[in-house]
Amino acid sequence: MSWVTMIGQSIAFFIFVWFCWKFIWPFLIGAMRERQQTIADGLEAASKAQRDLEHAEARAEEILNEARAEARGIVDDARGQAAQMIDNARSDAESERERILKAAQADVAQEVNRAKESLRGEVADLAVMGAERILEASIDRERHDALLDRVAAEL
Amino acid sequence: MAEDAGGYITHHLTNLTYGKHPEDGWGFADTAEKAAEMGFWSIHVDSIAWSVGLGVVFCLVFRSAAKRATAGVPGGLQNAAEIIVDFIDDTVSSIFQHRNDIIAPMALTIFVWVFLMNLMDLVPVDWIPKLASVLGVEYMKIVPSTDPNVTLGMSFTVFFLIIYYSIKVKGVGGFFKELLCHPFPWYLFPVNFLLETVTLLAKPISLGLRLYGNLFAGEMIFILIALLYGGIVLSFAGGVLQWGWAVFHVLVITLQAFVFAVLTVIYLAQAHDTSEEH
Repeated sequence: MSWVTMIGQSIAFFIFVWFCWKFIWPFLIGAMRERQQTIADGLEAASKAQRDLEHAEARAEEILNEARAEARGIVDDARGQAAQMIDNARSDAESERERILKAAQADVAQEVNRAKESLRGEVADLAVMGAERILEASIDRERHDALLDRVAAEL
Repeated sequence: MAEDAGGYITHHLTNLTYGKHPEDGWGFADTAEKAAEMGFWSIHVDSIAWSVGLGVVFCLVFRSAAKRATAGVPGGLQNAAEIIVDFIDDTVSSIFQHRNDIIAPMALTIFVWVFLMNLMDLVPVDWIPKLASVLGVEYMKIVPSTDPNVTLGMSFTVFFLIIYYSIKVKGVGGFFKELLCHPFPWYLFPVNFLLETVTLLAKPISLGLRLYGNLFAGEMIFILIALLYGGIVLSFAGGVLQWGWAVFHVLVITLQAFVFAVLTVIYLAQAHDTSEEH
C-alpha cells in the first residue's frame, strides 16, 4: 500500500470533478438544453403554422362561399330586373301601338268622311249638271244615251 | 522464457516507486523488493502520472468541446461529447432524484476518466515498459486502475463525499441515528452500529476493489498470454489470443467505468435519502 498514491489520487479526483463541474458540464448540457428548446419551439411554431393555415383555408372557403352566394343573388336580381324591363318595354310598346293604331284609324275615318262629304257634294253637282244637260238636249235619244254614258263615266 | 517467467510477471506488476528506503534513503526503487520495503510513505509515480495525465486529457478534450459548444449544429467533437454527456445525464437523473448539480459532472468525470485509465490496458503490455527501460526507467505500469492505491483512493473520496452529504442533508444527529437505530430498534444499537458501519465501509472498499480486481485480472491475462511469445507458431497463437482478449476486454473496461460511476451516484443518492426504508 502507498498512502501518498491514494491521497494524490483523491486530490486529483477532486480537482478533475471540480474542473468538470465548473468548466465542462454547464456548457455542454446548456448547449444541449438550448438546442432541445429550439427544436421544441420550432415544432411548436410549425404546428401553430399548420393550425393557422387550416384556419385560413377554412376562412377562405367561407369567404368564397359568401362571394358565390352574393354573385348568384346579383345575377338573379339582374335577371329579374331584365325581365321586368322587357315586360315594361313590351307593355309600353303595346300601348303605343294601340295608341298609334287608334290615331291612324281615326285619321282614316276622318279622311273617308271628308272624301264622302266632298264626293257627296260632287255627286250633287254632277247630278245637277247632268240634269241640266238632259234638260238642254232632251230630244235626241241617242244623244241622251251618249250623255248618260258620259255622266256615268264621270261618276 | 520459462525460467524468468516469474521475473517477467513481477516486473510488469511493479510500480515505479519513489520513496525512502530504510537503507538507501530517498530515491526510485530499483527492485520490486525495495519498492515493497519503502512502505506506506512511498509514491507510485507511474500510477499518479498516468492517471493525472489521462485526467488532464479528459479535461482538455471536453473543455475544448465545451468552449466551442453551440446550440446550433454541433461539430464532431461536440457531438461525441454530447453523446456521453446525454448518456450520463439520463443515467444520473434516473437514479439521483435530489437537487445537487455536482453529481452529474462527477459521474461524467468518473466515467470518462476511469474509462481512459482502463483503456491503457489495451496498449500491448510490453510497448511502454520497453520504451521506458530504453529511456532508463526501470518500472512502468501504465494502467493506473490496476493499482489498488489508485482505485481505493478514488473510492475513499467517494466515501468521504457519502459521509459529507449524509451529514449535510441529515445533520450529525440524523447521520448517527441512522447508524444506531437501523435496521433493528434503538435498544439493539451496538448490533445496529456494527452492521451499519460494515455496510458503510463495504461501499468504498467494494467499489475500489471491484475496479482494481477486474482490471488487474485483465492485465494479468495479457501478461500471461505475452509469456507465450517465442517461435513463429506460439507467437502467432499469442497474437491471436491477445487480440481476442482485447476485444473482450473492450466490454470489460467500458462496463467497469460505467459501474464505478453508477455506483457512486447510487451511494450518493442513498446519502441524500432522508427517510430510508430497507
